[in-house]
Formats: sequence, C-alpha cells, structure tokens
Amino acid sequence: MTAMRWALLIAPLVMIASLLTWIVTSHPERAVGGDDRPPVERLTFQRVVLEPGAIVATILNDGPDRVAIAQVQVDDAFWTFESDRGQSLGHLRETTLRIPYPWVEGEAHVVRVLTSTGASFEHEIAVALETPIVSFRQAATFALIGLYVGVLPVAIGLMWFPFLRRLSRRGMDFLLALTIGLLAFLLVDGAHEGLESAGELPSSLQGTALFIAAGAAAFIGLEALGARLHRRSTPAAGTVLALLVAIGIGVHNFGEGLAIGSAFVLGQATLGTLLIVGFTLHNTTEGLAIVAPLARAGDRVPLRLLAQLGAIGGLPTIAGAWVGGFVYSPVWAVVFLGVGVGAIAQVVVQIGRQVGRATSAPALASGPVLSGLVAGFAVMYVTGMLVG
Amino acid sequence: MGLVGHVTTAANKPGTFLRTWNFSDLPPEQRAAVYRESRRPDGSLLREYEIYAVDREIEIAPGLFFPAWTYNGQVPGPTIRATEGDRIRVTFKNAGAHPHSMHFHGWHPPEMDGALPGQEVEPGATFVYEFDADPFGLHLYHCHTVPLKRHIHKGLYGAFIVDPRRGRPPADEMVMVMNGFDTNFDSENEVYAVNTIANAYMQEPIRVEVGRLVRIYLVNVTEFDPLNSLHLHGMFFDVFRTGTQLSPSERSDTLMLCQGERAIIETTFRYPGNFMFHAHQSEFAELGWMGLFRAQPPRDT
Repeated sequence: MTAMRWALLIAPLVMIASLLTWIVTSHPERAVGGDDRPPVERLTFQRVVLEPGAIVATILNDGPDRVAIAQVQVDDAFWTFESDRGQSLGHLRETTLRIPYPWVEGEAHVVRVLTSTGASFEHEIAVALETPIVSFRQAATFALIGLYVGVLPVAIGLMWFPFLRRLSRRGMDFLLALTIGLLAFLLVDGAHEGLESAGELPSSLQGTALFIAAGAAAFIGLEALGARLHRRSTPAAGTVLALLVAIGIGVHNFGEGLAIGSAFVLGQATLGTLLIVGFTLHNTTEGLAIVAPLARAGDRVPLRLLAQLGAIGGLPTIAGAWVGGFVYSPVWAVVFLGVGVGAIAQVVVQIGRQVGRATSAPALASGPVLSGLVAGFAVMYVTGMLVG
Repeated sequence: MGLVGHVTTAANKPGTFLRTWNFSDLPPEQRAAVYRESRRPDGSLLREYEIYAVDREIEIAPGLFFPAWTYNGQVPGPTIRATEGDRIRVTFKNAGAHPHSMHFHGWHPPEMDGALPGQEVEPGATFVYEFDADPFGLHLYHCHTVPLKRHIHKGLYGAFIVDPRRGRPPADEMVMVMNGFDTNFDSENEVYAVNTIANAYMQEPIRVEVGRLVRIYLVNVTEFDPLNSLHLHGMFFDVFRTGTQLSPSERSDTLMLCQGERAIIETTFRYPGNFMFHAHQSEFAELGWMGLFRAQPPRDT
C-alpha cells in the first residue's frame, strides 16, 4: 500500500480515538444523568455449588458500574462469608463467595446478596443436593446415564437397517420424510432450549447473538464438510449423507447430555426412571434417521460403518453429561445448544435436497412424503412428552 | 451466621445513643446550640430544642448504606426528655429535599399536631412546635408527612420521654428504638435492629451491673411488619405499658409491641455474664435485631 492509502485507513481511527478520549475526560453523560445519579447495579449468579455445610456461589458484575457486595443473607438471615477475589467488583468481574451455611438436603434455599447501596440479588436453590465432585465413580455414573439415553437407543435404532433395505420406493420416501420430521422437531426443541438459556445469561454476554452465531457457524461448517466429502466421492452419496446426519445428531446429543449432567448437578431436575425411559425412546428414532439415507441409496454397508455412525451419533451424550456435570458453564451451554441447532438444520437441508433430487415436485407433496413428515414430528412430540 | 466486618461510619454510635437524651453527649457549648433549659415561675422548665431534618446516607450494617432522612443527621433522632408539666419548644427547620414535619405523641392542641393537611414544613422553612410535656410516660415523635410509610421508615422518628414529677427510682437507664430498613424499597425490611445498626450490641455488648436496677425505654417504630418484640434470656422484667402508670402491669421475659407502641421495662441482673436479647420473631433476630448484655459484678465503693 502507498503512504496515501495508509493515511486514508488510519485517519478515521485517529478520529475515533480522539472522540473516545474526549468522552472519557469530559463526561458528556453527566449533563444527562447529573453527578450523583445512582449507580446501575446488576449482579448475576454464575454457578452455585453445594458442599457439605457450605454454599459456594460465583457472582458476576453484569452492570456498567462498580458494585460492592456488603452482606449475604441465606433464607432471610445474615450469614458470614468469605470471598476469594474481594467484595468490590468492576464490570464483568466475578468473585466466589463461600458461605458456611448448614443447608438441608432435598429442601429449598434462597441466597441473597446485598450491595453497599442496599440493592439485593437473589438465587433460589430449588432442591438442595450436594454437587458431585469429579471422581471416577461420578464419571462412571454419568457414562452409564449417557449409555442409556444416548448410545444404546441410537444403536438399537440402527438395527432397523435390514428391514429398511427391503422397503418399496414409496416406503423409502415415507422414511426420509419421517427423518426430516424427526429432525425438524429436534430443531424446534433445541432452538427453544437454546434461546431460553441465552435469555438467562448475563445481558452483557448477549446470549441470543452468541446462540445464533454458534448455530450459523455449525451450519456453514457442516455444509463445507459435506461439499468436500461429495467432491472426493470415494464414499457413496448415501454414506456421506448418513455421516452428516450422524454428526448432526451427535452434536445435538452432546447438548442433550450437557442438559442432563447440569440438571443433575444444579438440583433442578431429579433424573427419574420416567425421564430416562423418555430419553431412551426419543433417541431410538435418531438411529432410524441415521440409517434412512443409507437404505434409500441402496449402498453396500459394512457392519463397521454402522458401528461408526452409531458411535458418532450416540457417544457425545456421555461427553456432554461429563462436561455438564463437572464443568458446567451457562455460556458454553448456549454455544453448544447453538451448534446442535445449526448442525440439525444443515442435516434437514441435506436430506431435503436429496428427496427433492430423487422425486419430481408433485411427488414431494405426495402421500408418503407428507404423512412421513407428520409422523416424524408426531413420534418425537409424543415421546418428548415423557421427557417433559 | 452473622454479619461480615464492622460498621465504621456510624452517624450515632449505638453505645452512646443508648444513654443519651437532650444531647447530653455533647460538650456544653455545642449542646447549648441545640438545647437550652430555663426555669419558669412555677418551678417547671422551659426546654428549647433545635431540630433539623436533613438527608444523609447512614451505615446500617457493615458496608451497607441507606439513603436516610434524619433528624439532626441521626437515626433514631435525638431523644427528647422532659418532666411532666415542663414546656417543650422545638424549633424545627427542614433542611431536607422533601416536606417534613414533627408529630409528637402526647397531649397537644391540633395546631401543634404536625400531621393535619397544610402542616407540612416545606424544604427551607421553619416551624416552632410548643406544648406541655403531658402525660408522663414513654412516647415518640415522627414525621407525619405523606406518604407516611416512606417518611417514617426512611428514619424520621425518635423517643420522647416524659418523667413523672416525683421521678422514678434511680436506675441504669437506656433507650432502645426497634427499627427496620427496607434497603431495596420492596416494602419489606432487609435489616432489623435496635437503634439502627444491625447486631451492634452483639459486637459490642451493653455493660450492666449485677444487682443494679436497669430501666429500658423501649419504642417500636418498625415499618411494614405490624409487630416487633423483645425477649431477654435468663431473666424476667416488669412491664410498664406506655410508661403511664407507676406500678407494673405484668412480669414477663417477652414483650410484643405494635407499630408506634412502647413500654418501659425494669429488671435487675442476678448473675454475671452474657445475656442475649432479641426479637422473638426469629426472622428479625437473624436479620440484625439481636444483642448482648454483659453483666459484671458490682464495683466496690
């Protein structure tokens, strides 16, 4: 670049820097708010851990002004506490309060932080349960839950493959449409959950934008991966599509595992038998979705490939449960839910293209396709009721 | 349980407030600026007070500040004490940002009520309240400007003691005003106390002497909660409701008072050591309304 070009690039930067300097030194906002406007105080609870005889709460200052934590009340009683990073927090700074409170297992508690101005911020512990610490036993428990709700159902769903190969053309159309219906449900479900979690994030972390960006990135990433695999064209088209579906479902199941693990830890849900049964039934249909493109393409499918696809789709549930249970962070939960939704959306588009290529436009509105779409959504809706 | 840290910027030290009336804690020249007494022909006193309302941020628990409205910069306001038949003259100046008033409990003509429409004292204005101290007993004064709840719970109240002509038996006397603070303005108190500072007498116990009569002037000005109470551990006390009779009405270890109600209680410590006292509403007790008496053996004279 010439000197002239550099100058043209830099001039606006210099101007914005001087504008910022002027704002910081002359405080034009004071003309609006007055000198003694009350500070904007906003604290959020990032993570609350229950240890024997203690509540450990991580607090983030989500507001623009400095906030000083003055006192802590638990269940309407002043309680002593220690903070690891001090009680005065700047913008987006966090501190961890250790409160030696004799909480009662299975009961509800309310932790309230009072700032120096008397503003109060509360967190409700709906059901008090000791937070699991990372241990082999706990990891094994989460792995077992992941196995039940993720790996085994997907593997069982795959076992429809021999049956699917013997289906008629119309049966195949129905099946692919069914898959789209199933995935569309997961898309709606994941988007709802993701946006809900995004809304609970501290507002300066802009959860909704984060969620959508993660979804878009996953969509584009899988699109690029699909294009690359098709170009190489060593694996057959059906295999490529099945792989993409498996990846999409795997990412979705990671998010599901995350939700299970964190619910278990935060004491927000008790993981009853019905819930496990619900997830198990719900996820069996995911195995079906993975093998449908293979059956339709009529490719030769070695058993090893089936096992690999099952692992890609199911195993992330276990990883998700570990992450959710041991290192839960609301921000990462939103990101992963976003990635899951993006991946599912991409898979829906891929399968939709394939159906569209193979059938003429009027056939797309055919009986098998329409009833497949409805049936797919309905199956997920009904099994989803069990998870409720 | 309990609070973290200590209050460092108390407007009125809880230990001093306890045994102060008519500005008795001030050096003579400062005291003369706010309180004067002069003998009247009938032998009673004319007691003149300079009271002003002022907005002030006060520390009510360690590190916790409340934007209070105060009489003379303190919550509760200065304790006013006279003998039955004395003349009270209070020059009230409103240096606050809102209209305020002083409404005394006790006999007075309507012009001196401070509560009727048009009796608010505007910011910058002055009004002189004048009336006889009557009847003897334990009373209170508070701002009666609307909205009433806010003007009272923001801190505009104080104790008003009228002694009987013949006096009461000598005793170690103290004033306790039960109050609460709604720091986040949700019409519920976050902090409860006697004499404003949560757990102040827990951190610095009130020293009393075994065998010496103790008299507590107990006033309830808690807002939002209809009732407050005092419970004293390990002993009993005589209750003189509103202090208007010279013989006790009951003997108890727990006394319940409605908003604005008050009582004089008398007791004598039998044993040395720490004696807890607190509201028997456990919630109030754990939100700051709890303290200790430390009884010491009598000093040899």
